[in-house]
Amino acid sequence: MNAIVKSPFAWLLKREYWEERRGFLWAQVIVAGVIIVLSILGIIVAEATRARWSDHIRISDSGNLSGALQNALSHNMDGLVHALDATMLMFGMFAAIVLFFVTFFYLLGALYDDRRDRSILFWKSLPLSDTSTVISKVVSAVILAPLIAVVVVLAGYIVQQIVMSIWFAAHGLNPFPLLWAHTGPFSTWLHMLAMIPVDAVWALPTVGWLLLWSAVVRSKPFLWAVAVPIIVGVLNFWIQLLGMPHVNLRFMWGDLVGRSLLSVFPGSWMAVYANTPDIVRLADMNDVNRHVGTYGMMYHVFATPEMWIGAVVGIALIAASVWFRRWRDET
Amino acid sequence: MNVAAEAIAEQSASQPAAGSENVIHAHALTKRYRNAVALDGADFRVGSGRIVGLIGPNGAGKTTALKAILGLTDFEGDLKVLGMDPRKQRPQLMREVCFIADVATLPRWIRVHEAIDFVAGVHPRFDRARCEQFLARTKLQSNQRVRELSKGMIVQLHLAIVMAIDARLLVLDEPTLGLDILYRKQFYQSLLEDYFDDNKTILITTHQVEEIEHILTDLLFIRDGKIALATSMDEMGARFAEVLVGPDQVQAARALKPIDERAAVFGKSIFLYDSANPEQLARLGEVKRPSVSDLFVAIMKGTYA
Repeated sequence: MNAIVKSPFAWLLKREYWEERRGFLWAQVIVAGVIIVLSILGIIVAEATRARWSDHIRISDSGNLSGALQNALSHNMDGLVHALDATMLMFGMFAAIVLFFVTFFYLLGALYDDRRDRSILFWKSLPLSDTSTVISKVVSAVILAPLIAVVVVLAGYIVQQIVMSIWFAAHGLNPFPLLWAHTGPFSTWLHMLAMIPVDAVWALPTVGWLLLWSAVVRSKPFLWAVAVPIIVGVLNFWIQLLGMPHVNLRFMWGDLVGRSLLSVFPGSWMAVYANTPDIVRLADMNDVNRHVGTYGMMYHVFATPEMWIGAVVGIALIAASVWFRRWRDET
Repeated sequence: MNVAAEAIAEQSASQPAAGSENVIHAHALTKRYRNAVALDGADFRVGSGRIVGLIGPNGAGKTTALKAILGLTDFEGDLKVLGMDPRKQRPQLMREVCFIADVATLPRWIRVHEAIDFVAGVHPRFDRARCEQFLARTKLQSNQRVRELSKGMIVQLHLAIVMAIDARLLVLDEPTLGLDILYRKQFYQSLLEDYFDDNKTILITTHQVEEIEHILTDLLFIRDGKIALATSMDEMGARFAEVLVGPDQVQAARALKPIDERAAVFGKSIFLYDSANPEQLARLGEVKRPSVSDLFVAIMKGTYA
């Protein structure tokens, strides 16, 4: 273990973390924090409303909120469990959106920024191979950043539940059986954790595509990386309009343009199931645990050709990035 | 190339560089860019325990030569650095080779202690205690980011890191460009006092020849991608001579085929000779060893014409 932590590759990962701390960690912390602050604001509104109207309205027979809550909960415990699940999913969803933008721009800059400010000359003065440098950037994007995001999701959920517990306790309710005794949200969280390897392999074509432009261009990697596939897609569409031979549109937009730009979005592999009726249930929160994230469905992606063809293309693009990193001559 | 320079190049090509072991051995080193030739069959050797100035006008191929040595660019011809091919064995080579490529190549986001931690983590020959010793002499604080430092302080940090690496070859490409005079003096002073020894070799390119003249042991003049002069400083002193000649002796001085002539004060002229007879020169006037910059100007004459 010690040998791993002290290996040069671990230092390369640490370097990426130091440089990208803001995106990898703080962006996630801020988003989770905003969700928590919003829910605190919600609690304050609820309390203020109650105080204002309590003289006029009898909420329940017992006349207080806890009575009302207890009453409601005893009738619909299922509803509460799903609400907790949904809270965890909400933290996860926002984290996924942040993670997408952070990794997308991280990859575009990963082999470009240090060429632009010439610090590449410092990195290249050290006994590190270009292969290990590039791989450290891939691992940072598909393992390190998602791991940090998932940990922040759990932390955010726990802080949120502590806030809710205080609120419940203030009304004389015992928060433990209500908020903490259910394993559902934590198994949802484990699903997010288990999704990281699936996301990682699925993301490879986008990772390779963005890194390649990052290693090649003299300026504006974003423009190149995004404009090239979109222009090709639009041209293909135009050719189709003219009635000339063209690439199948779904293949063009989904498998070429989509996979080269959007595969770093966590869970985007679910598109594989877009044609199966089960996916309709995605939006149905009640079935969340049974359908969306089931490990079977998740790891079944490894049995699809989309996964492996994408991975092979991605690895080829990453290899090309290594080559450019090694031999790109700036003069 | 003028005639004198050509003759000089021919003569120096046959002389092996001093030093028992070749740290760098380049033969017919050539690098072509799409529309220019940066290195045109350059031959040179650099021995162990030398401080070599690679000096040439802009565009002569200095930086390309350094890049080839550091394995940062592809090239034609033979080049061995510490017995290795920089194209194929770069990571191994960089264990024994350090370089500072002009000021401010340290990443701006990194903190002083992060830079040191990182190098300590990845470089097997880095001596952390030594680096901290060097830093203790400066005003650098471990939590400062590079972007908060002045140019001079960035170079101090870079130098502290590099001097703490027990490398065999140190390559400096315009290391003091844009620094004020105090930092420049200090830079070379530290290198000489705390770093350089018989097992180390330093290869420097710079425009400020006067500044490094006194620390160099060898000279490599490069021009149009070829080595125009390769000599040790001792040999240079024995081979080239400068004579301050009064107006009455000018004709006699010219008869001895100087490689350069320039005006001095009081109507006198300064003549620069290559391999002339010292006794004949002494009869003309006051003889002294030419400065590197005067020799450089004489040999490079016509480069920009």
